[in-house]
Amino acid sequence: MATSGVKIRRHAPWTPYAFMAPFLVVFLTFVIAPALLGLWMSLHDWDFMLEHRPFVGLDNYTALFDSTSAVFEMFWNGMKATAVFTVASVPLLVAIPLGLAVLLNRRFPGRTLFRAVFFMPYVLGVAVVGLLFRFMLDPNIGIVNGLIDLVGLDAALGALGVDWPIPWTTGQPWAWISLVAMTVWWTLGFNTIIYLAGLQDIPSELYDAARVDGASGWQQFRNVTLPGLRAVLLFVVTITILASANMFGQALLVTNGGPGDTTRTALIVMLGEGLESFRMGSAAAMSYLLAIALGIVSIIQVLAMRERGRPRWRS
Amino acid sequence: MNTREISPGPSLSRRRFLTATGVLGAGAVLSACGGGSSSPGAEPAEGGGGATGYDGPDVDLAFWNGFTGGDGPFMQQLVDQFNTEHPNIAVKMTVMEWADYYAKIPTAVQSGNGPDVGIMHVDSLSTNAARNVIVPLDDVAEALELREDDFATAVWSAGEYDGQRFGIPLDVHPLGYFYNKAVLESAGLDPESPPMDRESYEAALEQLKSAGIQGHWMSPHNFTGSMTLQSLIWQFGGDLFNEDGTEVTWHEDAGVQALSWMVDAVNTGYSPTDVGQDADAIALQNGQAAFNWNGIWHINTLKEVPDLQWGVAPLPNIGGTQAAWAGSHNFVLTRQRRPDENKQEAARVFINWVSQQSIAWAEGGQVPARNSVRESADFEALPEQSALAQQVDYLRFPPSVPGIGDVFADFNQALNEAVLQTLEPATALSEAAERAAKKLEENRERYGG
Repeated sequence: MATSGVKIRRHAPWTPYAFMAPFLVVFLTFVIAPALLGLWMSLHDWDFMLEHRPFVGLDNYTALFDSTSAVFEMFWNGMKATAVFTVASVPLLVAIPLGLAVLLNRRFPGRTLFRAVFFMPYVLGVAVVGLLFRFMLDPNIGIVNGLIDLVGLDAALGALGVDWPIPWTTGQPWAWISLVAMTVWWTLGFNTIIYLAGLQDIPSELYDAARVDGASGWQQFRNVTLPGLRAVLLFVVTITILASANMFGQALLVTNGGPGDTTRTALIVMLGEGLESFRMGSAAAMSYLLAIALGIVSIIQVLAMRERGRPRWRS
Repeated sequence: MNTREISPGPSLSRRRFLTATGVLGAGAVLSACGGGSSSPGAEPAEGGGGATGYDGPDVDLAFWNGFTGGDGPFMQQLVDQFNTEHPNIAVKMTVMEWADYYAKIPTAVQSGNGPDVGIMHVDSLSTNAARNVIVPLDDVAEALELREDDFATAVWSAGEYDGQRFGIPLDVHPLGYFYNKAVLESAGLDPESPPMDRESYEAALEQLKSAGIQGHWMSPHNFTGSMTLQSLIWQFGGDLFNEDGTEVTWHEDAGVQALSWMVDAVNTGYSPTDVGQDADAIALQNGQAAFNWNGIWHINTLKEVPDLQWGVAPLPNIGGTQAAWAGSHNFVLTRQRRPDENKQEAARVFINWVSQQSIAWAEGGQVPARNSVRESADFEALPEQSALAQQVDYLRFPPSVPGIGDVFADFNQALNEAVLQTLEPATALSEAAERAAKKLEENRERYGG
């Protein structure tokens, strides 16, 4: 190889770019260009159907911070709903699939079947899942309350001070419980698969060594599995936060943003503002604020998880 | 020939939103494709406005609408029949959810991929006319010899914007009063004459209650709660907006009375709490409720339920003034980036033809827009539809003001909060009115209204 200081050119200078070109074209067209145009739009009162798209400077942004504006309450309620959902769903979507992956990584009869079963809901579209849960969870005619009633649990719940029928989709905190539970059921398969791949990457000699040292199952998990999954964990946490922050279909279909506007997430607000009220400039400003907020969260998280450096089992 | 297709729509998966560009990206891409736009209202009037037929080369017409319910197959039948009778015109109908449709159509029109013919509700016409999504079709109205006195005033005038006609009314679809005869009978009420005023309505609900039936499930959702509340506000002598749609008035006395009546029904046990979306309609089918105020499109849904004993009547008069909510479907022509004279002519022929098939369309669960057709023997042969058509003199339509749809989210939220008992009716309505007033003010500037 090129051990001396002499540079040996093995390819034309444009070769790497040529290899990247197919991706770059798509990336520039569908990510960078729209993002830049969105920035431009957010500085205008932008309705793509109207000739007149006046430049309004930062008005679309300042309106979001002005409590007397029409969008203020709507936008921040949306951000709050998104935050509530993210905080409630991310820990579950990180922890439950991890436990599942560890179980599914063991050798036992029917393992492949179970792997498929847990992944299966993920292939359903949000419309299917949403409609299914809307009817299952209907407070008066849904099967969930029907079953609770059938087995006589309603009396027990009543004794605990729970109003009957349980307003799964029409009261709080039940609506959030429903949306989070449904999302966990629906999407846990994805994170499980990622974890499984990560688990299979951990060399089995490490477990052998740990066992020789007399490590218990928990100690193996704590000192071999978790450190071995650090990079995977960072990835899972990041994409789960982003996915949860972009929650949209579930709330739209199951609760339609209700009760009141408590589950109207930031994305539903933006959709209404941009594509129903056609205030694209204002909607673009909103999505930039959401993007900035998510960017900050991601950076904090990467910094927090990078702290302890390389995985222990390699050191 | 089967030319119907269901639009796949945007498939929503959580991961697709991962890029965090979502709405922003979509809007940007679409407007990027859009580029410049041709000047508004510059469509040439074609030939005889569709009355003289079309003898040009073969054309394909794209026809979009939101007839996803029981009405869809009836429209498809009309389209098939039209295609058979007009060998040189092939109309292809695409059906999608109304909400998707209204979001999609402006972007499609702007990028030159829009339909040739569409359907719009009467309260969306002015918004879409103001935004140059649709073009005037005065010539079609003339060719059809449409006259103002043949239509409900609200339907007729809502089709006009800036002195030009943008919609050819196809039907009116009022809210109706559906009742389950078996349930009424089981509670000792006359199944053939449901209560028609407030006193007897409440007495019936009381009687149902003592028979263990929650008679009228109050929906806290758009469907059907919002239309019920609007009807009640008009019945109590109020309105949602002032005359020209510039100010919100739904939080005034009539609005509070109307919403309180709904909430009281929940409080007194005439309705269960926490009614879910569509649960009110399903309860009627299941025999769990006696009454359901639902749209006329519900007729065909109920007809498909085996062994269900049901009837339909004009809304009972709860508030003191006869009134009922109604909408109206209108034919529209969308603006074309690359106008094709043949297509424009063929589209007019299509509108002209369907507009004359009102009876076939009425069978789909609609009331014909024209008085003359409504008074015909053919229409009277449709008992359910003509029962609801009795309301025609006092039907009320959402106002036709550009951007008025923006504030219904607030109205619906007030309904939701009050019926779910999280806010007092008066508080919910006035908070919503405050939010809505700001939007109306912005719209006034925006549409120069």
